[in-house]
Amino acid sequence: MNKIYSDSGSALEGVLFDGMFIAAGGFGLCGIPELLISAIREAGTKGLTIASNNCGVDDFGLGMLLATKQIKKMISSYVGENAEFMRQYFNGELEIEFSPQGTLAERMRAGGAGIAGFYTKTGVGTVAEGKECKSFNGEAYVLETGIVADLSIVKAWKADTSGNLVFRKTARNFNPPAATCGRICVVEVEEIVPVGSLDADQIHLPGIYVHRLIQGAHEKRIEQRTMRAAV
Amino acid sequence: MAWDRDQMAVRAARELQDGMYVNLGIGIPTFVANHIPEDVRVMLQSENGLLGIGPFPTENEVDADLINAGKQTVTALPHSAFFDSAQSFAMIRGGKIAMAILGAMEVAENGDLANWIVPGKLVKGMGGAMDLVAGVKRVVVVMDHTNKAGESKVLKACTLPLTGKRVVDRIITNLGVLDVVEGGLKVVELAEGVTGAELHGATEATIVN
Repeated sequence: MNKIYSDSGSALEGVLFDGMFIAAGGFGLCGIPELLISAIREAGTKGLTIASNNCGVDDFGLGMLLATKQIKKMISSYVGENAEFMRQYFNGELEIEFSPQGTLAERMRAGGAGIAGFYTKTGVGTVAEGKECKSFNGEAYVLETGIVADLSIVKAWKADTSGNLVFRKTARNFNPPAATCGRICVVEVEEIVPVGSLDADQIHLPGIYVHRLIQGAHEKRIEQRTMRAAV
Repeated sequence: MAWDRDQMAVRAARELQDGMYVNLGIGIPTFVANHIPEDVRVMLQSENGLLGIGPFPTENEVDADLINAGKQTVTALPHSAFFDSAQSFAMIRGGKIAMAILGAMEVAENGDLANWIVPGKLVKGMGGAMDLVAGVKRVVVVMDHTNKAGESKVLKACTLPLTGKRVVDRIITNLGVLDVVEGGLKVVELAEGVTGAELHGATEATIVN
């Protein structure tokens, strides 16, 4: 059972189609599957619905797929960093479904865990009010549905050859829940190591969720480089 | 006279108690971290997956894989822990975070909070704010008392789409500190050089004694 592909293009071969639904990991530009996003741009797949916390910036991350008008709809919690996003949205070229950040993460987790929906206090009394509500112990909750995507695109730090993943620092973010909710999950990592070289007790996401794997060099662009003076 | 942004952050830092797990929002709330009293140890949560936010990095320490919820580079501390977004919001929704300090566009006298969207103008999204105000035990808002046009942001009812209903406990503005109580807002403190009349004049909400 070989999961390792030579590059991002071949790792996506046969899984892309127009109008598909993709779940993507990443928070801002941190921990985004930048190689797979570039490969989707190259492939030119159109009419995409993408569940991702953010939509990149104008020239990096998912923003690159906005420039080529490949995205039909975003399911996100925050898209404030992106001028082209605003332009397309106000022109009616792009749909947005806002999902609160924790609700979005849980929708991915739930979808991946076979849970069709869940009740949460998040959003009660807000625009989410159109959704089905139910009272538990006298408190109101709204029904949110699990997300199941056609494809998950994910960035991890290391993988072993069987697809067990280890993430690094805050680049973990949405990647594990996004990885679980796709029918096919393709993962890009900085390093693929032989089985046995990762501590089985320290695996963040077991390889059962991972179908295809590539190793590559990452730009890892920083959105807000903030520093203190060295003493 | 009134508090400037730094003084508002200093005042907000006095809300923190030793041992608290706290989430600080983007904007003025971020600066609260610079003013935590020495005898108070709090654990700062960043909803992108970090408990124990350290100071900004030196040039050599900058790490693209280590950012806060405002997407700024930060550092970790010896007691820090990393986790995924589902876990992060499990601790938020599950009531494990004692306090959130957040910015706002409008707050109403019943504790309603609006801080995520101006219809037709600004599309940004709520980020984690709806989850935070729904799940965190105590919500403190830090914001200017009035907008650029001089209109009150402390209202009888919010005009913008809500982030949360009846969620705010305390409001810290450039003019003072107000608590959400039965029937309206109660003035807890006036900023240096601000009179009660000035604060009342800048407040649309009902003020109760």
